[in-house]
Formats: sequence, structure tokens, C-alpha cells
Amino acid sequence: MIEVKNAAKSYGRLNALRDIDWKVQPGEFWGVIGPNGSGKSTLLGLISGIESPDRGEIKLAGRPLSSYNRKELSRKLAVLQQDGLPPVSFTVREVIEMGRFPFQDWRGREKDGHAERLMQDIMDRLELGGLAERPLSSLSGGQRQRAALGKVMAQQPEVVLLDEPTTYLDIRYQMQFMELVAGWQHEEGLTVISVMHDLNLASLYCDSLLVLNEGSLAAQGTPSEILVPGMIESVFEVKSHSVAHPDTGVPQLLLQKATGKQAD
Amino acid sequence: MRSKLVSYGTIGLGLLLFTLLICIGFGSVHLPAGEIVGILLHRIPGLGRWIEPDWSMASEQIVMQVRLPRVLLGMLVGASLSVAGAAYQGVLRNPLADPFTLGVSSGSAVGAAVLIFFGWQFSLLGIFTLPVIAFLTGATTLWLVMWLARENGKIPIESLILSGVVMQSFLGAVVSFLTAMSKRTVNEILYWTMGSLSLRGWSYTAILLPYLALGGLFLWSRARSLNLLALGERQAAHSGLNVESTKLVILLVATLMTAAAVSVSGVIGFVGLVIPHMIRLITGPDYRLIIPLSALGGGIFIMWSDLAARSLLAPTEIPLGVITAFVGAPFFAFLLYKKKKAREREIS
Repeated sequence: MIEVKNAAKSYGRLNALRDIDWKVQPGEFWGVIGPNGSGKSTLLGLISGIESPDRGEIKLAGRPLSSYNRKELSRKLAVLQQDGLPPVSFTVREVIEMGRFPFQDWRGREKDGHAERLMQDIMDRLELGGLAERPLSSLSGGQRQRAALGKVMAQQPEVVLLDEPTTYLDIRYQMQFMELVAGWQHEEGLTVISVMHDLNLASLYCDSLLVLNEGSLAAQGTPSEILVPGMIESVFEVKSHSVAHPDTGVPQLLLQKATGKQAD
Repeated sequence: MRSKLVSYGTIGLGLLLFTLLICIGFGSVHLPAGEIVGILLHRIPGLGRWIEPDWSMASEQIVMQVRLPRVLLGMLVGASLSVAGAAYQGVLRNPLADPFTLGVSSGSAVGAAVLIFFGWQFSLLGIFTLPVIAFLTGATTLWLVMWLARENGKIPIESLILSGVVMQSFLGAVVSFLTAMSKRTVNEILYWTMGSLSLRGWSYTAILLPYLALGGLFLWSRARSLNLLALGERQAAHSGLNVESTKLVILLVATLMTAAAVSVSGVIGFVGLVIPHMIRLITGPDYRLIIPLSALGGGIFIMWSDLAARSLLAPTEIPLGVITAFVGAPFFAFLLYKKKKAREREIS
């Protein structure tokens, strides 16, 4: 679905990304992890077409990314930013409808008239029905992020990029949000690439993880291959224990305190 | 959205017609509304023969040659400036932007004043000379203002307005200087720096109409792009909008509409600031409503302002820009105050 070949990007003298080679198959759920400033957001920016690589090439569905125009690209690929949507006074329904922009002609009409049903489906799935006519500015962070997800869903993309989508949410909304994404991915066979801060959450939801460190690709593989104490220490400089999740057996990390390691 | 547009649009059109009748009727000779309706309907092809003229020739002369062209011109100028203001606010995501505060009006006025000073107004491109040159100087001013205000690729709201005001007072001085040199009356200077609609024939209306019609329709067709921009430029790009080219085209069209309005009426301030804000308060943030309703609102606003300008101290005329500034400047201050309050709330 996505192929990154030898991609590099620098800002002035700062090498944000170096020689990234990465393949994503259709229907996979990838987590991108790494310390702050390791190039995660830059990589997402390159794949989303907002920025172009200095060297190398990125292909989407077999075609170079640079050969897509903005509307074409937005029908294939949608992005949910870390800060989601600003507190504007558009209503939830109006904002979700804006996701249909790449399908509309200059008068705002669509060729096939299934948009109305699609909107209703999205509202139902995200339980936004009660909020539909509320302005975004009156919603909580979690509700706003759900509306942002609704807008992305309305784009009916084949690939979704999420940039640390749960950063500003409390635990309950984090789980709710990830469940919604996972359910959507499962039903539509969607490809998801998500930058993740919370490694345990990444382990729960991602099929594979890509590790970046100082702009280079440090490792890629399944959560059980990646989330081992040695790797975590070399990338994040944090000591940890890895235990198997009682439900599914995926690894979960327990962090070690640097001082006073004494138990009881 | 559609039903909202129809209901607000109907109310707006009703107010527009009501204002039109009042403003045509009012003046040194008072004309009753029924007579005006008769005279106007009589002129519509195919309808004329059903109406028996029961009015004097003098009344018809006053309506058709004096009042109607002036009132209609005011309507078109107000509509153009308001739509341009709404577009500037949308693209720059700056609630204080309008053709006047950005300096575009003054920039256009300089171009027009230079042409008129040297008597070149029909030299290069016939009747298009004035609007085209006014557009070029207006666009240059906008570019300069944005360049002055830009910091690290961003344009902070206040510094944009500050640069606009600086350019505006400089260019206003240039226009005043030119008019002082031309040895004409003081009225002429006031006309360029404070705007006026007096003694404009039908030809001025004819010049402005195509700019308003085409420019307005174009900006209306970009209303959904302006809505997307309200979510932030990055968000808009992810939703399929070609951000840079869209911004450029909308800014240029808004500047063209401003230039056309300024080249027939001089600099009339604050219309493009006050009207879109009022409309936004009534309809909400959707530019599919704001653009067409701003056109109606701007037309109504200028017609009333011009009525006040010519009748408050009659027979002396107050410059139109004085009236709009009396309304607009306090409104501008109110917006500044509101922004300050919002920031204070954010901090505390």
C-alpha cells in the first residue's frame, strides 16, 4: 500500500530523517514509535504529502506520491492531527460533512448521492447523534477528537495516518478512541499508521511497530519482537521489564525507577 | 444550509428593496414610494405598457438620472467591499481584516489618483484602465503589508493590521498630496480620502457591476474552501484543498473587487469589517451564507450611510467615509476589546 524508499529529509542542517526504507501492506495497523525529535512527525508529514522528501521516493498504491493532486490524495489517504480540530463554531455535523470535500464538485454536489447515509452511519458509530448540532467550541477534548475522527471517516480513505491521536485525552477517551479506530479498521480493511507515545497502547492495537531514533530507522517488527527491555533501553534510555498481557499475551512494559530499586 | 439561505436571503432582499425605495424617495424633493415603484416598473421591458404614467416628467428625471444611479452605485460599492472583507477575513483567518484596514483601499486609491492627476484615466485600456491600475497598486500594497507583517512564515493578527494602518496613512498622504497639487477644490481631496457617491452617472454603475457579479460568484463558489481554511491550513490541506493556490486566487479576486469599488467611489472604510461580522453573528460561521448575505448587508448599509451623508446636514454633504467610520471605528475597537478579553480568559 505504501512504500518508502531511501527517503531523507532535512531542515537546514538538521537531518530530520535519513535513509528510511519501509513497506506497509494493505490492511496493516502500524505503530510508529521513538523518542521526541526522532523524526516520527516528519515521516508522517512525508507520507501525507504535506512535505516532500529531499531524497528517495514514496509510493502510494503503486504510484509516486508526487503524481497525486491534493483532491485525489485525500480520497485515498486521510490524516488525523495531534491537535485535532480547533474550537470553531461550526457544528459537529458541518465539520464531518467537510470530510466530503474531495468528492464534491465546485457547487458542493456529489456524483452519487450516498453521502447522506454515510453521514448517518458515522454519527451512529461514533455516538455523535446527540452532539450533531452542537458547535465544536462547546465540546470537550474527547468529544472533539471523536468529531475529528468522524471527519476523517467521511473521507472514506484507504489509508489513515494518526499523529499521536490520544495525547490530550484521559484514559477512558484514549481507550474509546483506539477501539473506534480498531473497529473501523477491522470492518473496512483499512491501512492504519499511527504515531504512538504510549508503548503499551501501541502493543495492544498495532500489528507491527516501526522504531525511529535520531532520524534513522532503528528497528521494525511485531510488538513481541520490538518491546523487549534491551531495545527500549537502547532507544529510549529507560530500564524496563516486559510482561505478557494476561488476556492476549502481547508484551506490556513496566518501567523501572532509577533510584531505590528496593521492593517492599 | 439551503433553507437558511432562502429564508435569510428573502429577508435580506426585502430589506434591500425597502431601503432602495426609502433612499430614492428621500431628498430635496420628496417622492412617494408608490410613484417610484411605478416609474421603475414602467422601465421594465414588456411591463411598461400595463402601467399608465401618472407622474410628472420631473419626478421621472429625478429618479432615473439623479437618485437611482447614486443609490444603486452605493449598493454595488457596499456589496463589493463587504464580500471582499469577508474573503480577506476567511483567507487570512483574521477577524480584523478588511479592504480598508489592510491598506488595499488606499493602495487602489493611489493608483486611481495618479491616473486622474495626469489625465490618463482612459489612456491604456479604455474604461478598464482605472480599475486595472487600481487593482495593480492595491495588490502591490497587500503584498507589501503581508510581507511587512510576516514572522517566521506566520502572520500575527495584530501586526498585519498595524502594517495595514502604516501603509494606509502613507498612501493616504500621497493621495492628499496629489489632490492638493491638482489645484482642484477641497471636495475633490475629501472624495478620494473619505469616499463619496455624489454626481456619479450610470457609467460608474456599469463599470462596477461586472466586477461585483463575477467576483462575488467566484468567491461564493469558494465558500467551502474558506470553511475548510477555518479549521487551519494543515487540516484544510489534508481534506483535499490546494491551500496556497486557493489563498492566492481568493486574495487577488477580493483585491480586484476592492479596486473596482475604490475607483468609482474613493476610499470608504470599515464596511468590509462591520457587515461580515454582523452576518456571522446572525448566521454562524458558514461562508456559503456569509458571502451572499454580506453582499446584501453591505448594499443596505451603504445605502443608509449615503442617505445620512446627503441629508443630515443638507444641503452640505458629509463625506460617506465619515459616516462609515463613525459606525466602523467603534466596532473595530469593540472587536479588539473582545479579543483581549478572550485572551485574558485563556490565561487565567
